Amino acid sequence: MIAPTPRFELRDVRVDGDEGPIVDGFSACVPSEGLTVVMGPSGAGKTTLLRLLNRLDDPDAGTVLLDGRDVRTYDVLQLRRRVQSVGQVPVTFPGTVGDNVGRDVARLLAHVGLDPALASRDADRLSVGEAQRMALARSLALGPDVLCLDEPTSALDATSKGGIEDLVRHLADEGLTVVMVTHDPRHADLADHIIRVQPLRTNGTRRVDEDAPTSEDDGSLPGGER
Amino acid sequence: MTVVLLASTSSSLVSGPVTFGDIALSLLLVLFAAAISRWQRVGLERDMAVATLRSFVQLLAVGYVLEFVFTGHGWLTPLALAVMVATAALTSGARARRVPGSRLVAAASVSVATAATLGVLAAARIVPVSPRAIVPLGSMVITAAMNTTSLVMTRLHDDLAANRREVEARLSLAQSSHQAALPWLRASLRSAMLPSVDQTKVVGLVALPGAMTGMILAGASPLAAIRLQLVVMYMLLGGNAFAALVAATLTARRLFTPAHQLVRQLRRTPP
Repeated sequence: MIAPTPRFELRDVRVDGDEGPIVDGFSACVPSEGLTVVMGPSGAGKTTLLRLLNRLDDPDAGTVLLDGRDVRTYDVLQLRRRVQSVGQVPVTFPGTVGDNVGRDVARLLAHVGLDPALASRDADRLSVGEAQRMALARSLALGPDVLCLDEPTSALDATSKGGIEDLVRHLADEGLTVVMVTHDPRHADLADHIIRVQPLRTNGTRRVDEDAPTSEDDGSLPGGER
Repeated sequence: MTVVLLASTSSSLVSGPVTFGDIALSLLLVLFAAAISRWQRVGLERDMAVATLRSFVQLLAVGYVLEFVFTGHGWLTPLALAVMVATAALTSGARARRVPGSRLVAAASVSVATAATLGVLAAARIVPVSPRAIVPLGSMVITAAMNTTSLVMTRLHDDLAANRREVEARLSLAQSSHQAALPWLRASLRSAMLPSVDQTKVVGLVALPGAMTGMILAGASPLAAIRLQLVVMYMLLGGNAFAALVAATLTARRLFTPAHQLVRQLRRTPP
């Protein structure tokens, strides 16, 4: 049996920061079914990788494929409509919740567990948890195939956390490809698939000691797929 | 209507033209300033000396250049304007070094503002197409456009850097880079255009502006002076708007990639 084409495939990806590469030689697959959790300590480059999926950034080397095609060959705005992304801290735009979500407001608010009566409320008067749900509704309004979430619960209190986790799980069960970046080890239990990201060795040290390799410098590639 | 630019020479300055001797005497006022600076230990005496010397040399040189251009060498007018535009572009570009290609942005916005305003004034015969009209008007609109351009470039850059989470949230929702930058683009246009609007509102009530005071000092009738001043103010209002629009549009374009991404340099600006 031929394995199905993964939703995303990252091949030998490198992204440079100011002080050298943030991720280097990274390869991984995101299956089109279910919830894929990207785990790793902070500073490992998880967010950097997530930003490649909707082309908020492009890799300095390597390729990112969506449904087997280089993401750079898609019209970027259409790509972003298909691959929605919600950040760590919810961003609210001026206006009401309804203005923010745009279309199909009542249904989408109910879908993300918000009272449809909130539609007429000023978006910046929502709690952080409510705003995060609204941001999800705003993304779903574009009818995406993929939802990318960057630590969606890290800014929330325990109660809101659980609610968002249930919602994310539910959206994945409904058939959306969900990619969630997290440093919370508990999220492994939610996941259908896990991608682990290891930090590169401290670039500063490596740069300074470039001419004097140490015994630790065994040349193995950091980063990679479980 | 043609505004008379030449003051009648008959009544030029109450006590006749300023001589070099008069200038030497007026240096007394600089000495006062230097004395205050030394007495209060402000430490600006050296700067004052340099500034005084520079102003004398620069203006003397410009005086000779203008005299040369006005007396039968009018064909040098475009060159004079080009030098002023280039200097303004370099100055403004250096002020907004954070914007990639800031000098080119500044050159474009200052040139467009200058060409558009002088073009209208000349085409409609509002001022005579002579070096004596075009060079001083050009210098005014170029200076204003330069300041506006610096303001728009730095403000738009800093606003987009400070609000990059929101900008990227908009991009993620499939907005184009222009749409995503629009709130801050508008804010930068507004802040760049407001001062000239306010100046135009209070003119005469608060300040008697330069062109008008110059003409009155030179002996022109106040009514002739205000007619010129009105043209100058409207020119500056228009010139600033052109400069702001071109600077904002080009700056926004420089801060995004063709793939509607914020340039990396901007994303990494410390908040």
